[in-house]
Amino acid sequence: MREVAIFEIGQTPVSEHWDKSLLELAGEPVLQIFEKTGMTSAEAIFVGNMLSGSANRQLHLGAYVADWVGAKHSGAVHVEAACGSGGAAFRAALMAVASGDVETAIAVGVEKMTDSPSADISSELAGASDADYERDMGLSFVALNALLMRRYMEEYGYRKDDFAGFSINAHANGVNNPNARFRYPITAEAYAKSAMAADPINILDASAMGDGAAAVLLVPLDRIADRENAVKVVGSGAATDAIAIHDRRDPLWLSAAELSAKKAYRQSGLTASDIDLFEVHDAFTIIEALSLEASGFAERGTGARWANLELISPHGKLPLATMGGLKARGHPVGATGIYQVVEAALQLRGEAGPNQVPGARIAMTQNIGGSGSNVYTHILRR
Amino acid sequence: MENPRHWRLKKQRYALVGEICPHCAVKIFPPRDVCPECGLEAKTSYQFSGKGKIYSYTKMTDGPAGFRQNAPYFVALIQLNEGPMITAQLTDVGDEEIKIGSPVEMVTRKLREDGDQHGAILYGYKFRPVLQEVSA
Repeated sequence: MREVAIFEIGQTPVSEHWDKSLLELAGEPVLQIFEKTGMTSAEAIFVGNMLSGSANRQLHLGAYVADWVGAKHSGAVHVEAACGSGGAAFRAALMAVASGDVETAIAVGVEKMTDSPSADISSELAGASDADYERDMGLSFVALNALLMRRYMEEYGYRKDDFAGFSINAHANGVNNPNARFRYPITAEAYAKSAMAADPINILDASAMGDGAAAVLLVPLDRIADRENAVKVVGSGAATDAIAIHDRRDPLWLSAAELSAKKAYRQSGLTASDIDLFEVHDAFTIIEALSLEASGFAERGTGARWANLELISPHGKLPLATMGGLKARGHPVGATGIYQVVEAALQLRGEAGPNQVPGARIAMTQNIGGSGSNVYTHILRR
Repeated sequence: MENPRHWRLKKQRYALVGEICPHCAVKIFPPRDVCPECGLEAKTSYQFSGKGKIYSYTKMTDGPAGFRQNAPYFVALIQLNEGPMITAQLTDVGDEEIKIGSPVEMVTRKLREDGDQHGAILYGYKFRPVLQEVSA
């Protein structure tokens, strides 16, 4: 395997893009990359997307997107791993370059959610769970996460407000990200008064859906002139767990997150204490807490103690969701894993603006599919 | 709704039929033919009692397509007395407080209708609080 670097990045703002199709969205960040690099194609394209088969009635996004961006003869494939689709597409592109099979690979994540009415999209998202034994019992994805949060609060003695800091941090960071869906701060009072979606998860615990697309171009490190400043992908780990929460031995432990993080640490020769910033999968505040525990940043039952701005803001000990995370940047599900990588790359390049983490050299991203059943962890280093 | 898929699940939905591992005696629901404990083949049918305790629960204020008209409703993770965990709706919840650890039992209820799509009505298990005996 050879060393791989991120050569260029592209992203479009997460929003309700009523005027843009799935295809136009997917094309934008790729065409940004072509414009910046002068390239007109890539040897391989991996399209991360979860819902196009149901929300947009379009499958086969590999050929669909490759054709649209003018890369007709690329090898191109649609990659699906629920909300982890972006991370899975990134890892597939990484493998393609690292193996020596191709010299250029683009991973693009895209999700066009607003074409589906909200009750339909809620049902479609529940397709990331077990259709026979979770979804058809009437559970939404929010409900599955609420089950975890209630049990977590009961076992470890947390109050609802103990989680507020995660959302406050995400929104504070979203203010300075021109590509974020929500660019306003929230207060602890607003969190406390927020309406319940599925008790104990309220609206401000949950990430927002939206339309969006982001892309990265990967190349072999030795093709980059300024190797010293290149953003290298030094660790990549993927792991799965039982798709249904009821089939897990320990529902409050994200074992797939643990295993994927351990693989990424081992590959990079780094540990949790080396990480300068973490683009965490904050689909819900409870998942942020569980991810911190499983990834080695917190002991079991203590992840929620990190919901504290002094610890997790861009100037904190472990900056989280530095450009707003899923909560404020938005969670266009299949695109999220690529947004995380794009944001981590911006931090390592020193281009994160007011949210810049001082001296950031090592960044970690973690993209979680389902309720913890398919996890992709990546470590980037400059 | 996909009628053959639901028809295939009738034993599980109506009677909580899972499996018992002939090698290590672990009880399995939903059935999966391979024992999650010892990894050996486990195809022996086993009917669960339908009794269990609430591991966690939530009240959904809005439902996904097909369930929306039922909202608000409770859903839960239930630890069956025989061991496995199951995901289901709670029903017949009156004024009593739902709590983690509350005993519940399986009943058969309508899960959803699919309107004018295929005409099927989906029935299956839900769980209700165990009725308390009143002393005379």
